Amino acid sequence: MSGSAVSDLLLSVDGVTIDYSGFKALDNFSMTLNRGETRVVIGPNGAGKSTLCDTIIGRVRPSEGRVIFKGEEIQRLPEQAIVARGICRKFQAPGVLPTLSVRDNLALAARRDRRWWKSFGTGIPADETLAIEEALESVGLTQRATVEAGTLAHGEKQWLEIAMVMATGAELLLLDEPTAGMGPAETSRTAQLIHGLGTSRTVLVIDHDMSFVEQLAAPVTVMHQGKFLKQGSIADVRADPEVAAVYLGHTA
Amino acid sequence: MPDLSRLNPAKPFLPWVLLALGIAAPFALSAYDLNLLARFMAMGILALGLVLIWGHGGILSLGQGVFFGLGGYAIALHMKLADLPQGEIPDFMVWSGRESLPFWWEPFASPAFTIAAILIVPTLVGALFSWAVFHRRVGGTYFALITQALALAFSTLIISRQDVTGGFNGLTDFYSIFGIGLASPGTGSMLYWVTLAILCAAFVGLRWLLASRFGILLRAARDGENRVRFLGYSPTPFKVVAFAIAAMLAGISGALFTLHAGVVSPALIGVVPSIEMVVWVAIGGRYSLAGAIVGALLVNLARDAVSSAFPELWLYLMGALFIFVVTLLPRGLAGLIKGKAA
Repeated sequence: MSGSAVSDLLLSVDGVTIDYSGFKALDNFSMTLNRGETRVVIGPNGAGKSTLCDTIIGRVRPSEGRVIFKGEEIQRLPEQAIVARGICRKFQAPGVLPTLSVRDNLALAARRDRRWWKSFGTGIPADETLAIEEALESVGLTQRATVEAGTLAHGEKQWLEIAMVMATGAELLLLDEPTAGMGPAETSRTAQLIHGLGTSRTVLVIDHDMSFVEQLAAPVTVMHQGKFLKQGSIADVRADPEVAAVYLGHTA
Repeated sequence: MPDLSRLNPAKPFLPWVLLALGIAAPFALSAYDLNLLARFMAMGILALGLVLIWGHGGILSLGQGVFFGLGGYAIALHMKLADLPQGEIPDFMVWSGRESLPFWWEPFASPAFTIAAILIVPTLVGALFSWAVFHRRVGGTYFALITQALALAFSTLIISRQDVTGGFNGLTDFYSIFGIGLASPGTGSMLYWVTLAILCAAFVGLRWLLASRFGILLRAARDGENRVRFLGYSPTPFKVVAFAIAAMLAGISGALFTLHAGVVSPALIGVVPSIEMVVWVAIGGRYSLAGAIVGALLVNLARDAVSSAFPELWLYLMGALFIFVVTLLPRGLAGLIKGKAA
């Protein structure tokens, strides 16, 4: 049992501290993710959820601690090397590329060879074309493939960026508030989309929307003031008095 | 542009009609007018490079005059040496009290070296300079200011080294290029056609580049550098390559301009001319290759007409045009045409 747990370990955040000149956005924070797992991270504003994503993808660098992905320390690697290892993140505000067509957005994401000197051409390999079509299909944007991404509705932009992150082929997807600005119907669709990934990917979701978190039916990690607070099912977490005090109490 | 072609059946032929007119121009225009047109076309080559970096890369350079100057001075050095009797040095050096040629002038006696220098020096300077800035993730307004400082430093350096650069007066009095007399009949037309051919080649080449994955990535990095970075790309080399290509085009432009104008001087490459170059492209349309050429031709034509009649008026007029275009026509004249069609 313990042996399989070790081999299933995909990501380990180990005692990470992010210090913004005195303010600790992450304070000796640790967590682990297993292959194929979906995990939700919740916590009040300023708990350090987005900073956790920033740390994993190399946007901020920890002053202490390690980020270990597939057994390799990645906290000092350049951003593009971290993506190449198989980690991709959806940003909180939709980060689609507005003047590119929906298809070109996905083509950039699906591209495997990202070196600049391989960019002087227009051809797309068959496997990448397939990945693009699948990504379009999965978020229902096939009919809108040729429109500029900037003209999409807000929810569609969110889906497009989720599809881009998926199309990179990354093993670990970090979805930072994927349902921000979505209505209930769109939120449900997003939950289905993430469910549809099954255990083929490892997904770390950050969200405020408790109905969405319930639909995901995934284990929850609660953060507070840059520290680990609790972990468990959504029901456990809801029942926990400490969590209620710092987080759920505020929203109820 | 494609929407326009559906509305107007003449549109697909327009480029070919313009090309035919361009080729035929030496038979219709006076030598003076042809020379003006050739100068403006040479400037159009520089303008194309600005579409690449400013329009599609979001990189505003207020220092294109530097690269224009590197190309212009390279060919000027060659022409000064080519007409010189054995063992003599250019007259302005004698007046400054020099007795020998500076060592870095000497290789420019060779036509092959000169052509290589025109193509390579601006490209290399552009690549190294932009890499130094972009790899530290400096961009936007800061980059524009640094390029402006570069233009100021370059023109100041040239003015301050009168004895080896010709100083404020620049270099002039050219008589031949690669063994062909500049005053001989037919030379003007030939140089015009060479310029037209290079302009067309640059246009076609950039059209291809902008449609390629490189162009898509350049626009992507312009609109969302972070998104591109966290999709696993390093945006820096794409921006550096684009900047180097624009620098190369500016260098070629400067060399051709110097050939046609018969002079290169700090007044043509400093801070104000560098800003003017951006104005051509702002007016023509910074996202459109064709727009940039039209902008370079029209603005320079207007400049020629206005400044010969009212020399002091030109700067004000250009400033007003710039403000008008930036506030009301962000896509320039090209946007106007596209807007009508849509």
